[in-house]
Amino acid sequence: MEMIKIKNLIHEYIRRDEEENVVDIKRAVDDISIDVKPGEFVAILGHNGSGKSTLAKHINALLYPGEGTVWVNGMDTSAEENLWKVRESAGMVFQNPDNQIIGSVVEEDVGFGPENMGVPTEEIWQRVEESLKAVGMWQYRKKSPNRLSGGQKQRVAIAGVVAMHPKCIILDEATAMLDPSGRKEVLRAVRALNMVEEVTIIHITHYMEEVIYADKVFVMDQGKVVMEGTPKEIFSQVEKLQKLRLDVPQVTLLAHELKKAGVPIEDGILTIDELMEQLDKRK
Amino acid sequence: MAIIVNKLNYNYNDGGKTTQVLKDISVVIPDGQFLGIIGHTGSGKSTFVQHLNGLLKAGSGTVYYNGEDISDKDYDLKKLRSKVGLVFQYPEHQLFEVDVFKDVCFGPRNLGLEEKKVQLRAFAALKQVGVPEELFYASPFELSGGQKRRVAIAGVLAMEPEVLILDEPTAGLDPKGRDELLEQLAKLQKEREITIILVSHSMEDMANYAERILVMDQGSIVLDGTPKEVFAHDKELEEMGLASPQVTYIMKELKKRGFSVEEKVTTIEEAKKEILNSFKRKVAGC
Repeated sequence: MEMIKIKNLIHEYIRRDEEENVVDIKRAVDDISIDVKPGEFVAILGHNGSGKSTLAKHINALLYPGEGTVWVNGMDTSAEENLWKVRESAGMVFQNPDNQIIGSVVEEDVGFGPENMGVPTEEIWQRVEESLKAVGMWQYRKKSPNRLSGGQKQRVAIAGVVAMHPKCIILDEATAMLDPSGRKEVLRAVRALNMVEEVTIIHITHYMEEVIYADKVFVMDQGKVVMEGTPKEIFSQVEKLQKLRLDVPQVTLLAHELKKAGVPIEDGILTIDELMEQLDKRK
Repeated sequence: MAIIVNKLNYNYNDGGKTTQVLKDISVVIPDGQFLGIIGHTGSGKSTFVQHLNGLLKAGSGTVYYNGEDISDKDYDLKKLRSKVGLVFQYPEHQLFEVDVFKDVCFGPRNLGLEEKKVQLRAFAALKQVGVPEELFYASPFELSGGQKRRVAIAGVLAMEPEVLILDEPTAGLDPKGRDELLEQLAKLQKEREITIILVSHSMEDMANYAERILVMDQGSIVLDGTPKEVFAHDKELEEMGLASPQVTYIMKELKKRGFSVEEKVTTIEEAKKEILNSFKRKVAGC
């Protein structure tokens, strides 16, 4: 069974005037069908306004389909009785760490989710410990969240989600506000959860270099999935991505530029090592 | 004329515990410079730039703007803030008017300018940041993230500042939106000769746009130089939670593997040239 199955999903934002007459309809998600298998690391790219966040909110049942169906771990998100189960299965981390931390002490904040789910006290503390350790924030458990850096806050937010033992975590531009080490910390924590705990990851980002570890990449434009493939397949198409207001990692771009200048290099170089391998042949 | 910061110190007081946020910062920022400031979260960048327009008051030390001490009792801070414009992180959260044009008018109107002048300035500022005319009367809340960001920056530009400070202006923008915004800032710097001070977490953007970079760590300026000079210190940058642009690492690696290339490279364009030249030299047999 797929972790997430989305079939012909359509979402429209409808604007009405004072008399409730429809004045504007904007189709943010336009007939999307995708499947995500358990344990996959999926990245979603797309320019501002391409529909990524709207799509993400459907996976967490923050939005319901206008048309089409979304199943999370086999549960139809539009069925009200599934609501809490869906949100327990798919946890979401947002862009701004300051908007999602509520506890006055780190460990309380992380314990809030499982407590809300009715997990017994003993186990809550176990989960808090595991989750904070998983994201490398255990030593900060007694601190006040507002004394932490952006990367640290974001890892606490992730720990809060991890403590609910979700099968899937959606990161909606969760690294956008972080410094390079903060981004690395978060990515490392997320990849460890993916590889060790086999948590399914859906990572929405504008940082192309964060995408190279993904099993699969979806590129969105005007509410549709316009490209789908491995990072190598996606990043082989530099010009197409640029037309979609996107980018490729610097190493990919350099390889592409060198190739255009006549140096025989494969398409879709993703890491410095791969580039070295190609250039070494010419030394 | 310039911004001169002399031995600036600043402390936070938190329940009797004092944390020193800025330590002995001395720096001269000449007119018309495109200055980048990098540093990990909590290194003091935002606190520092808030001293430059008098939003925070120095614990000790002095900030001079155009030769005047901004902490003087009779110094006109309101005027300073119209000359040194500060765009905060996520400035679009501060949009509040019913339409884009009204929002941009707010700043210059507050300066006490006559209405016609206010509108001319708002119009010019919106043009400068590349907001198309058909959006002038849209609600700010209907715009995309990148557009909102631009409207917010136009609001500060309409005050016609001599110095424009932007704290993380590209966070959350897509790559194209990011490039467009930075291009526009570079253009403003060139055409209107205003000083741009850019706080950013993107090392690549710094390498591509800044003439000079200040690196902050634990409240001090620890590196100060051109992008090439600063990014040559990749090990130290990493220890501070920062990094060099990926392309700098590529060139270092090539050098290590025996390619005859210059390793102090910070942009793709230069890297491409260096690598192609090294191949040419090899073919020529020298």
